[in-house]
Amino acid sequence: MSAIPSMNAELEPALQLHQIQRRFNGKTVLDGISLTIPQGELFGLLGPSGSGKTTLIKLMTGIDQADGGSVRMLGEPIPQLKMLQAFGYMAQADALYNELTGKQNLAFFGALFGLKGEQLQARIQAVAALVELTDHLGKPVGAYSGGMKRRLSLAAALLHEPRLLVLDEPTVGIDPVLRRSVWAELSTLSKQGVTIIVTTHVMDEAEKCNRLGMIRDGKLIAVDTPEAIIAEAGVATIEEAFIALGQQQAVRSGTGATR
Amino acid sequence: MRIRALAIRIILQFIKDKRTLALLFLAPLLVLSLMKLVFDGQAISPDIGTVDLPEAYIGGLSNANAAIIEYDSADEAQQALRENNLDAVIQIGANGPAITLEGSDPSMNKAILLLIQNTLQAKASSIAPAVTYLHGGPDMAPFDSFGPVLIGFFSFFFVFLLAGVSFLRERTSGTLERLLASPIRRSEVVLGYLAGFGLFTLVQSMLIAWYSIHVLGMYMAGQIGYVLLINLLLSLTALTLGTLLSSFASNEFQIIQFIPIVIVPQAFFSGLFNLDAMNPWLQKISNAMPLFYGADAMQGIMIRGEGWSDFQIDVYVLIGFSLLFALLNVLALKKHRRM
Ligand SMILES: Nc1ncnc2c1ncn2[C@@H]1O[C@H](COP(=O)(O)OP(=O)(O)OP(=O)(O)O)[C@@H](O)[C@H]1O
Ligand SMILES: [Mg+2]
Repeated sequence: MSAIPSMNAELEPALQLHQIQRRFNGKTVLDGISLTIPQGELFGLLGPSGSGKTTLIKLMTGIDQADGGSVRMLGEPIPQLKMLQAFGYMAQADALYNELTGKQNLAFFGALFGLKGEQLQARIQAVAALVELTDHLGKPVGAYSGGMKRRLSLAAALLHEPRLLVLDEPTVGIDPVLRRSVWAELSTLSKQGVTIIVTTHVMDEAEKCNRLGMIRDGKLIAVDTPEAIIAEAGVATIEEAFIALGQQQAVRSGTGATR
Repeated sequence: MRIRALAIRIILQFIKDKRTLALLFLAPLLVLSLMKLVFDGQAISPDIGTVDLPEAYIGGLSNANAAIIEYDSADEAQQALRENNLDAVIQIGANGPAITLEGSDPSMNKAILLLIQNTLQAKASSIAPAVTYLHGGPDMAPFDSFGPVLIGFFSFFFVFLLAGVSFLRERTSGTLERLLASPIRRSEVVLGYLAGFGLFTLVQSMLIAWYSIHVLGMYMAGQIGYVLLINLLLSLTALTLGTLLSSFASNEFQIIQFIPIVIVPQAFFSGLFNLDAMNPWLQKISNAMPLFYGADAMQGIMIRGEGWSDFQIDVYVLIGFSLLFALLNVLALKKHRRM
């Protein structure tokens, strides 16, 4: 089934972005972003609201296409139809069918990725257990709480055991205990070699990432390990680094704007 | 495989939405029943006032289903006409009989003139022509004549609306993006929609046809299988057109805005009204309207008992429209995912 081949796919980075540009109605939202994410990394994307995180990860998956630059996933240029099998995507909006039960939703998304029969049922049970929704699978999603929908959405992204996970704010609306268990699972997956790209506004989540990318006004202003970012900003926490780096950037683009 | 998953999902969603099911299945039956009541009522019986009319004519008129009220003076009769108590006044003037019609209802005008003509003629000559009908018959009501068009129209209308709104919701709820983040092909999305909705439109077509013919007693000279075929093809055209146009709407209200632009003109050009009097150049517009072909075939089958060779062109054209719209749908999806 997994037709995500190429002989040296193991050696290729999970993602390679080169000089990405994206404009909406003449307004540049992403500007010259280059980034390489090796396989098996847990990569976090931080940035203020509206800075372009969602836009960037949509480009990474090929759901959206850049106006300039190139993206390679596992060595393959994208967008490409077969590469859509390679990753699991969880959008910022829940995007579930409210009339259907949790199980019917999972069965549908599973079937889209070619799962069927007993394998599909087994995967549904496995991911539902992971996000602690096993007892609620028979309920229509319209009757779920916000956090339950979020978890179901995450479960749907995990169904086909993708080698790459792209999660847009996966833990919004999830209580602290469950959030911890979700992150424990992400860490486990990461150790198994799954590449995970996650956007977040939560700083203690950011600290759990192998590397962080900070994005501001469509530019990648820092890419490094959490420790290195803290050290470079000369502060004590990620939160302070986030604010400090943001101010530096604001000053720089402020002077740049007068040119 | 993915097409099947999509079709099953649409069917499951539909079954849980009882109101929409009712709209699809019961609303057309309700409207058809109302149409039947409105257009298939009793024969028109006009109220005619007479002044100084010979007894022989009065007898003839009342035999012909008119209520006759005799007046002594023309003024009295005209007064009654103005007060809306009469539909027409006949009086004998200096130059022979004169008729004044109330005049605001064309069908009433025609009925009265025909009736008076017939009674006067019956007096004049005794040779009545022998009348035979090639199609239809003396009992055929207006409802029988445009009923086949209505069957097609309602299948088209409701399916268009539902398909448009469903596809729009898929887009606005973000599920389309999620769908397109899976390795499904754009053509599979369109085919999945066709398959899922196709099942319901098939059931709807059968229900409407059965109800019109067996419950409402609509005139039916041809084969029911052909009626179902045409109805199904019309629904598929509506389905593909509805999903296509929903790409150009950003909310449900904008789908509704397509009704006066896309649906209503088709109703005008589909045979509900006789187009022979229209400018031939304008008549050509009907060639671009799916409903025109559907209605043409439906009338042919139900009224004239036409067989395959008579309406096959309509079938091909409808299939052509569906294919065209489906293809454009696949292209329109490019807006959301370029591969
Ligand atoms: N489809 C679109 N059309 C026009 N503008 C868009 C579109 N999508 C995003 N934008 C613009 O691009 C910018 C970045 O949006 P994006 O959704 O990527 O932000 P974000 O970093 O994900 O924010 P948040 O943290 O609030 O989710 C915003 O200014 C937004 O208005
Ligand atoms: Mg976002």
